[in-house]
Amino acid sequence: MKLSFSVNGTPRTLDLDPRVTLLDALREHLQLTGSKKGCDHGQCGACTVIVGGRRINACLSLAMMHEGDEITTVEGLSGEGLSVLQQAFIEHDGFQCGYCTPGQLCSAQAMLDEVAEGWPSHVTEDLNAPAQLTQAELAERMSGNLCRCSCYPGINAAILQAAGTKAADPA
Amino acid sequence: MRPFDYSRAADADTACTAACAPDAAFIAGGTNLIDLMKLEVLAPSALIDIGHLGLDQIEEQGDDLRIGATLTNAELAADHRVRRRWPVLSRALLAGASGQLRNKATTGGNLLQRTRCPYFYDTDTACNKRNPGTGCSAIGGEQRNHAILGTSEDCIALHASDMAVALRALDAKVEVRTAGGSQRRIDLADLYRLPGDTPHIETCLAPGDLITAVHLPAARGDRQQYRKVRDRASYAFALVSVAAVVGMKNGRIDHIALAFGGLGTLPWRDPDIEALLTGEVPRTALFERAADTLMRDAEPQDGTAFKVALGKRVLKAVLTEVTA
Repeated sequence: MKLSFSVNGTPRTLDLDPRVTLLDALREHLQLTGSKKGCDHGQCGACTVIVGGRRINACLSLAMMHEGDEITTVEGLSGEGLSVLQQAFIEHDGFQCGYCTPGQLCSAQAMLDEVAEGWPSHVTEDLNAPAQLTQAELAERMSGNLCRCSCYPGINAAILQAAGTKAADPA
Repeated sequence: MRPFDYSRAADADTACTAACAPDAAFIAGGTNLIDLMKLEVLAPSALIDIGHLGLDQIEEQGDDLRIGATLTNAELAADHRVRRRWPVLSRALLAGASGQLRNKATTGGNLLQRTRCPYFYDTDTACNKRNPGTGCSAIGGEQRNHAILGTSEDCIALHASDMAVALRALDAKVEVRTAGGSQRRIDLADLYRLPGDTPHIETCLAPGDLITAVHLPAARGDRQQYRKVRDRASYAFALVSVAAVVGMKNGRIDHIALAFGGLGTLPWRDPDIEALLTGEVPRTALFERAADTLMRDAEPQDGTAFKVALGKRVLKAVLTEVTA
């Protein structure tokens, strides 16, 4: 089946078996291997990409479901140089083996937009107050991304630096 | 994954007609369905994508809300009207899944998500829900995320949704369009079926029936709470959850609706508990009786025996807090 979408600003057309997931389309058919296949069941977040501005698990979506969509992968996060978030991950050692990092980056980038839009989370005390990016909020909002090297302190510090926010409750 | 035909429905009529084909399925978010297809627990012959039908709108109808079936769980949880007037629904949604999944999972899909019973997922084991007549491996097997209310000799699979628990406490109705083009509105309570001896039939929906929206009436209580207890702090299914919608008047419980997750084979609600509490002054002895009533017909297995005590404690804690 024919499929057209935009990946990192470039229009792409593919001819795919309907069974191909968005993740496999990116990795195997467009050679964008930044997005990683961890669990392949939506539990680890290594495959996180941004579709239409929202973070999703690329492993739990069929490529065919994305006709006309605008997709951003980790390869599309940087422009001339590294993004603020990517630079912060380096400065704070936000990785060890690095396998989860592309998913962490895409997830964090879109998560910061959710916070900016005032989306509440499970740990937000007042659903109707502006969202604050505390350590507890960060842990909750990033719970869909696992790091088996357990680099969470570095990841959290990097995201907070990128957000230009100081943690309100140092955990 | 087994091969299937994929089609993008142009309108609801085409979608419903196409879904009448044997073993055809609708797909919207796909977060549960694709997972099950990868494991070959499900092998639909055709997928009808309803993601582009414009069913993702949310609209006010007087004091009520009509929530489109393909609106994402994330958008619904963040909606300002829901946050202000139906906070128990926002809370339930935010307590479920992860940020990525909530951006994809839809209202209708959440209602129709399948159980996470590990034996349902393991195609090498017997499971009456996956393969009718083969037996239930969970009974006498390993249990934890299993039901203790509404179970049968053939199935103890748990209904996994948080959202549906809040919607039951809020008396939500489901709008369904049939392949013939007619529409009907059914109580969420009537959408689900107890497992009995046909656990593979989970809802009253017929082939070609499409959930188009959820109708949310004005909440009858301004005190709302969703309490979820689970094995880890985030991104886990409920061991026990309680949705409470309460109105107080002159120190008495004027109205109360309680629904439960993590306990039932369907999003659980028990009118006897609400009758017991209505009109009463909140007090510990009353809450004890409510908790006993909830568990009077519980049928735990060895691995789920803890849910009897846990369920009672969570209910009593919620009642204490929400009536204070």
